[in-house]
Amino acid sequence: MTNTDPVPPPVNVPRPRARILACNQKARQLAALVLAQRGDTRALTQDPPPTQYPYGCTTIFAPGWEVDSSNGTHGLCQPIERDLYDCYHTCYWPAQVPDGVTNAPSWTSSCGAPMQDWKSIDLVFP
Amino acid sequence: MQLRTVLHRRFRGDGETDFVYVATSAAILGVDAPTGAIVDAFATASGRDDEQWLAEQPDAAQAASSLHDLIDLGVIRPVGEAQAPRAQLPPMPFPLATLVLNVTNKCNLSCTYCYEYGEDRLTAGTGSKGAGKARMEDDTARQSIDFLLRNCGDRPQVSITFFGGETLLNFPAIRTAVEYAEQRATALRKRVHYSLTTNATLLTDEVIDFLTQHRFGITVSIDGDQKEQDRHRTFQKGVGSFATIAPRIQLLVAKNKERKGRSLGARVTLTAGAAPVPDTYRFLTQELGFDEVGFAPVTAGLGRTYALGELGYERLLREFGELAEDYIAAAIRGESHGFANLGDLLRELHQGVNKAHPCGAGLGLLGVSTEGDIGLCHRFVESKDHELGNVATGLDEAARTSFLQRAHVDTKTDCTKCFARPLCAGGCYHEAHVRYGDATKANLHYCEWIRGFVDLGLRSYGRILSRNPRFFARFETS
Ligand code: SF4
Ligand code: SF4
Repeated sequence: MTNTDPVPPPVNVPRPRARILACNQKARQLAALVLAQRGDTRALTQDPPPTQYPYGCTTIFAPGWEVDSSNGTHGLCQPIERDLYDCYHTCYWPAQVPDGVTNAPSWTSSCGAPMQDWKSIDLVFP
Repeated sequence: MQLRTVLHRRFRGDGETDFVYVATSAAILGVDAPTGAIVDAFATASGRDDEQWLAEQPDAAQAASSLHDLIDLGVIRPVGEAQAPRAQLPPMPFPLATLVLNVTNKCNLSCTYCYEYGEDRLTAGTGSKGAGKARMEDDTARQSIDFLLRNCGDRPQVSITFFGGETLLNFPAIRTAVEYAEQRATALRKRVHYSLTTNATLLTDEVIDFLTQHRFGITVSIDGDQKEQDRHRTFQKGVGSFATIAPRIQLLVAKNKERKGRSLGARVTLTAGAAPVPDTYRFLTQELGFDEVGFAPVTAGLGRTYALGELGYERLLREFGELAEDYIAAAIRGESHGFANLGDLLRELHQGVNKAHPCGAGLGLLGVSTEGDIGLCHRFVESKDHELGNVATGLDEAARTSFLQRAHVDTKTDCTKCFARPLCAGGCYHEAHVRYGDATKANLHYCEWIRGFVDLGLRSYGRILSRNPRFFARFETS
């Protein structure tokens, strides 16, 4: 290892006793599909069950929002910068952020990594 | 029932979680030790009887529930299960996203390994490459833009990439194309993104001003410090090019920063005897100021002296591993890192990309020759065998579809047992063409290297995920 900077300790997230974690996006889609087919996500199911779910925090039915399906927090609506970004981009949930479809399509274009540069997102005046 | 674990790769992170990369779906699952043991227990050639196996488990209820989950997630499946029907092509004509314009065939350098001029070029001809025009004319450039905008469906944004020869030898065509594209795109309410690859010898103040003003994504072909650069990247008389390009790159870096441009990339061609990858990376980022560096082994037919060869790949993988340590440390701190090869791989791994074709050539991407002839990509333009029409007369959809069918990963039988298939899908068509004379063949001479690199990517993914899962938010698609 050539980098001499100290590596911070592991993120201390409360670990649920999950036996299988859906880590990447594809795995999360699959897991959502499996859950939907098993019919234990009543809130969004119909008959026959839909095969596609809106991607966003609402697809992950967990008791509380401490961690997401990959044991981290980046799939959640918290912290707030994630909330801003996700409601704008990927979630159908009405949120108090500019509408990214028609009026402010490039609202977040200055922000490549929301967890870090969310401060670069500017105000939009209607 | 006989059950068997599907094609997969196991890997570890830093914590107590093990991972499985499921090559049939490109899903990445974290598994605890007992679940990992189930994945392994069913990973035999002939599979295993589930009832018999369950009867041997101390905690049968828990084992049955985990097995059930693994079956539903497609990790363990019945032996002999009918395969899902062959993935077809996406609906054709597939809308174009990127057009690569070869604005010139000429180059002011004569790099000894170049596929355009060296022994591996696709087209015959003396002097400059092929029989085509040396420079693209303004009319052809404008026709190319119209062609792209006509064939991009309802995409809100398209990309135009300028390529050569040395691209900047035909700066007038670039200027014409950009000005015309701006005008047409505005009328059609589309956005256009520009990029270009250059050897940096012709980056004058005027050119730099133009490129940064239009927010070009710029990639400079450069092999490293003076010694590396001057080994192969020489002017016609054999004089090295480093002294010419270094000051121009510095000007470009400064202007690009000032205008908050896109990230500036360096592309290094790796040949036998090159300096260590981490040293070159550090030189290009720290001394010259590039944001990203991508490394590519040289494309070479058998027996070229500069080809890397078996031992070369082993060394390369080791050096990629060393540079990956830097990347991982940065990612755990939540910082980005400019090792482009690994960054691109981690992006694809996180998204769960599962390719039917190795790259966008012929699908969302096409190349255009100086005369307006269309090829699979920039490396194929002017190869008559792979011609797909002309920007003036239109795209040969039948030839395009037929090629894509023949090049589908499911036709590459050697790849069916390979865990790297979702990402590699047989590899670059041009590389295959140079090596085997058939663009649709799998690049089997590359497999060890590709699998080694994908494995490095998986291990890096696991280690970052165990320590800083938030890092991957930057790679998510909506
Ligand atoms: S070419 Fe080789 S590495 Fe690539 S998918 Fe096929 S078998 Fe795997
Ligand atoms: S065929 Fe090869 S050179 Fe052409 S776009 Fe694909 S990967 Fe790149």
